[in-house]
Amino acid sequence: MSTDTEPLDLSRDGNDVGTLGDTVARYVFFACAFVTVATTLAIIVVLVDGAVDFFSQVSFVEYFTGTNWSPRAADNPSFGVLPLIWGTLLITVGSALIAIPVGTLTAIYLSEYASPRVRKVVKPTLEILAGIPTIVYGFFALSFITPVLQTFFPGTGTFNAASGAIVVGIMILPMVSSLAEDAMSSVPDSLRNAAYGLGATKFEVSTNVVLPASLSGILAAYILAISRAIGETMAVTLAAGALPQITTNPLEEIQTMTAYMVEIGTGDASVGSIGYQSLFAIGLTLFVMTFLMNVFSMWVRSRYREEYQ
Amino acid sequence: MSTETDTTDFEFDESAVRRKRRLGKAFLGLCVAATMVGIVALVALLVDVIVEAWGWLTWEFLTYPPSQVVEHYNPANYGDLPTGPGGMYPMIVGSIYLIVMTAVFTLVLGVGAAIYLEEYAPDNTLTRFIEANITNLAGVPSIVYGLLGLAVFVRALQTGQSLIAGALTLTLLILPIVIVSSQESLRAVPDSMRQASYGAGATKWQTIRNVVLPEAIPGIMTGIILALSRAIGETAPILMVGAATTMFAPPQLTDPTGPFGAMPMQIFEWAKLPEDEFQHVAAAGIVVLLTILLLMNAVAIYIRNRYDPRS
Repeated sequence: MSTDTEPLDLSRDGNDVGTLGDTVARYVFFACAFVTVATTLAIIVVLVDGAVDFFSQVSFVEYFTGTNWSPRAADNPSFGVLPLIWGTLLITVGSALIAIPVGTLTAIYLSEYASPRVRKVVKPTLEILAGIPTIVYGFFALSFITPVLQTFFPGTGTFNAASGAIVVGIMILPMVSSLAEDAMSSVPDSLRNAAYGLGATKFEVSTNVVLPASLSGILAAYILAISRAIGETMAVTLAAGALPQITTNPLEEIQTMTAYMVEIGTGDASVGSIGYQSLFAIGLTLFVMTFLMNVFSMWVRSRYREEYQ
Repeated sequence: MSTETDTTDFEFDESAVRRKRRLGKAFLGLCVAATMVGIVALVALLVDVIVEAWGWLTWEFLTYPPSQVVEHYNPANYGDLPTGPGGMYPMIVGSIYLIVMTAVFTLVLGVGAAIYLEEYAPDNTLTRFIEANITNLAGVPSIVYGLLGLAVFVRALQTGQSLIAGALTLTLLILPIVIVSSQESLRAVPDSMRQASYGAGATKWQTIRNVVLPEAIPGIMTGIILALSRAIGETAPILMVGAATTMFAPPQLTDPTGPFGAMPMQIFEWAKLPEDEFQHVAAAGIVVLLTILLLMNAVAIYIRNRYDPRS
């Protein structure tokens, strides 16, 4: 008779014993998480909305193929974005040329050669570089890197692309070295030992075993660092200047997309003016570029990931 | 006689081994040199800033409002000034208020979102979308957040170029970092503790409030302080929102819709000016900013070491 009582469900986790407080808590926490989705939506709406206003006055063709960016010329303003994209490209490529080789070699040293004691000191030291505000890098470029460049290349201007690229390269260096080192450290020792057993040297193990095995993580690190360089603002504004032009000479002044946004942002362009609207067109271009890089980085990591147990 | 040839059968090419050894040594040298690049750059940066700031960072610099005239910043002139020395007092106060408000907002939103994702969220498409979205938000350039703040807070919500607009913009900027680090802290709380709480009859909310959060709070605080130390140095977002420069009075916490200045914005203004003397003033400002950053990081590390059972 007493046996037909229902057996107790011991697996439940309290989720279903809803008092009112529990239900409220659940919705409040969901709302907090949803703020992040709302942020993304708001970014897209704000940028597209402003860009639509901009493109009602400037044609796509002029924007994407024009080679003259002079939005504030009184009689004949011109809105070709290519000089700004070129400026961003110079900084990005230049900084990647510094950060990728140096960062990768640093990661190999930390992961394969350095003793645990050295690694414990060097890795956090390099990560300090990542914590320094970008405005400080801008100051460093102006007060140290540019004067050094000027002693070697007397024609260097006060503002120049090379100084900006060097300082952004230093800034993204810890990103490359840290993330690449994480990827290399997660390669299991059995792979290394197998190679040593076949008579490989440490150099061969590092370059022929560890590097290919952690390639997905290393590539993802590169892409994230490049994406960061594209969006970098204050350091390039101070170092590289405010002269939009397409030049192959890195010792000349240029302007990046972000530096243009700062120029308009500090000038307090009035709402509705073409200058104010151009902020959002440039912002949208920048957002799309970094978004594609970030998605690409996630894809590389999942597509080429080697799973080790 | 014949056994002698047997032992020499194994050909040992010593020059190849030597070459490999040389190659290995050269590669190690290259790697060490690359590692030194980062360290040398860090040392050069710190030395450069300190040398430029030397003699310009005084108590007056910390306690007086800024001045348009560069002579007012030079300690040598303090004695014969009609108006009092120049400094960055209103910007230091502005930055601290900005960070305090940002801390309150991120604490609520960031921890709330992390609790939802770790404790409540079902494993479905929406949850995966939210998490992928957070990863992506962490990679959006900070100046884009500035545009968002300008369009949404300053213009649409009519806050003006105010302290609250700056704080809300910085909150959205660091929210992804805070959520991810808080999630890690919540994940580190062993499931056995949750099960014990359920076993004692607690509901989910009681378990989170009384068991999970107290255990995870040191880790969460460490993550938030580190994120705030990133926010205090951010220039681009508050610049777009319209942080004021050369403000003579500090902002008021009681009036969050008033204008505000902040340290990085003022440093940018000084660094842009052509006069050589202003480079020293900017450097002095940077030393103040880096000192505050250092203190925040020290507090974060202290909390981690003091309360984290794993270390």
